[in-house]
Amino acid sequence: MTTTPTAEATTNVGTAALRFQNISMMFPDGTHAIDDVSFDVHPNEFITIVGPSGCGKSTLLKIASGLLGQSAGEVVIDRSRIGYVFQDATLLPWRTVRQNVELLTELHGFPKAERQTRAADAIELVGLAGFEDHYPNSLSGGMRMRASLARTLTLEPPVFLFDEPFGAVDEITRERLNEETLALFQRERFAGLFITHSISEAVFLSTKVLVMSARPGRLVAEYEIPFDYPRDPDLRFDPEFARISGEISHALRGAHS
Amino acid sequence: MSDLRDNVAGTDDVHKMTEAEAAHEVLPGYATTLGTMSGLHTTKRESFWSIVLPPLVAGVILLGIWYFVSYAILSESRRFLLKPPHEVARVGFFTWDNLSEMLTALWNTAQIAIIGLVIATLIGLGLAIIMSQSKLLERAIFPYMVILQSMPILAIVPLIGFWFGYDQTARVVVCVLIAVFPILVNSLFGLLSADQGMHDLFTLHNAGRWTRLRKLMFPAALPAIFTGLRISAGLAVIGAIVGDFLFGQGEVGIGQVIKLYAARLRGEELLAAVLLACMFGVVVFAAFGWIGNRVVGKWATQARA
Repeated sequence: MTTTPTAEATTNVGTAALRFQNISMMFPDGTHAIDDVSFDVHPNEFITIVGPSGCGKSTLLKIASGLLGQSAGEVVIDRSRIGYVFQDATLLPWRTVRQNVELLTELHGFPKAERQTRAADAIELVGLAGFEDHYPNSLSGGMRMRASLARTLTLEPPVFLFDEPFGAVDEITRERLNEETLALFQRERFAGLFITHSISEAVFLSTKVLVMSARPGRLVAEYEIPFDYPRDPDLRFDPEFARISGEISHALRGAHS
Repeated sequence: MSDLRDNVAGTDDVHKMTEAEAAHEVLPGYATTLGTMSGLHTTKRESFWSIVLPPLVAGVILLGIWYFVSYAILSESRRFLLKPPHEVARVGFFTWDNLSEMLTALWNTAQIAIIGLVIATLIGLGLAIIMSQSKLLERAIFPYMVILQSMPILAIVPLIGFWFGYDQTARVVVCVLIAVFPILVNSLFGLLSADQGMHDLFTLHNAGRWTRLRKLMFPAALPAIFTGLRISAGLAVIGAIVGDFLFGQGEVGIGQVIKLYAARLRGEELLAAVLLACMFGVVVFAAFGWIGNRVVGKWATQARA
């Protein structure tokens, strides 16, 4: 089993957009969710965490965003324009796609003209042009997720947190959404932190994959993904891709026990 | 490793969905509304008779039973107890003097019901909003609302009369007491119904209490509020009629008129007045259903009933 120490000795601390420092999480009911997790996410870096269900991956994102307070350790992040893509699209059903995409800029008090331009750009970018006036109940799961992405994009967040966003869509749609996410990453150059169960999704998207153990969640392995961007969809059939996926899979199996 | 299963991705440029591809993702049910309006009407026309025919048949059977009771069961001397439908229609609805008397009374009752409903809505919605903002206040207020709801209205009739007199005001009070609970409970339920993910979204972007209420909780509550309004509207009508029975001073309402007809053994008018009151109740219920559907029907599936 390939196990690499996770301490970030080599990276430049000053430029990290998100930094976890010895984070532990103990819930009031006694659940020990996360144990001493430390890593940095830099701009232009896309880190994915894979791990067994209930290992505290999502808890880590909640801590990063401030939705949850950690029990110990420190998080360094600018939360003024945080990008958080939820497991569900969390679109407001009474708002059209356009109105939904405008929500965050609205909450942040952007002037109306600015909101409109940003929403239009974001909608165009995720390929939802033509569906601006649709209500969420008339969209498929994939399109709702696109609208959710567009909504996050309007803030041009320096840090993008993805909480298993494509878990509920079918595989073809998921692959497409992965490719679109990559396109956005290349364009926006944000610091990305992505949570998923899917190894192929993790390898395809990321510059680095971290493997988390079963509860209490600890980082047990780290894999630099060597492929250049832009990545071709067919990269998934590359032997090197399969090799890395296999290694991560083994690490994950180890993490389960 | 199901994720590594072979998938033949179609085109080489899959980064951008084309409009046509995207259209395929639209749910099939919505495709009809996206199409021409005639397509939409076709769907409606197909189901029209299947919706209208059953109650129509049931109505005809009901009229048949009515005739049967009037003519076959009741002897001629006792037929005044249930006059046949055409007699009720002739005397009750097609004799203008009688009809205008009933309509005037009904209008009076309707006004009381509307005033009662407006007040009940203001109180119910107001309390629901207050209770939605604090668990403590919810816990403090809710038991008293339950007590108010379970209190038999007849038991406090003397008290209402004592405080508010025996005329219109007392009737409005009865209306409010009866109608306030459903609107309160449904509004509160609706206000608390927005899911945690959406609350998290608002929290992440520093939404204040007022913004959260205005942009998240209140719109999320609208379908439930309209459900409550519909129930309360029906109850307000009942309240106004009951109030009219109990507090007969001042202007004459439909309750008074019904009492009068019963006392004078005017069977045709009595039945006509009762039918009229029923129809009014149905109209009010349907009207609020329709308004609710207009407001939230586009996005809320549960409001389309």
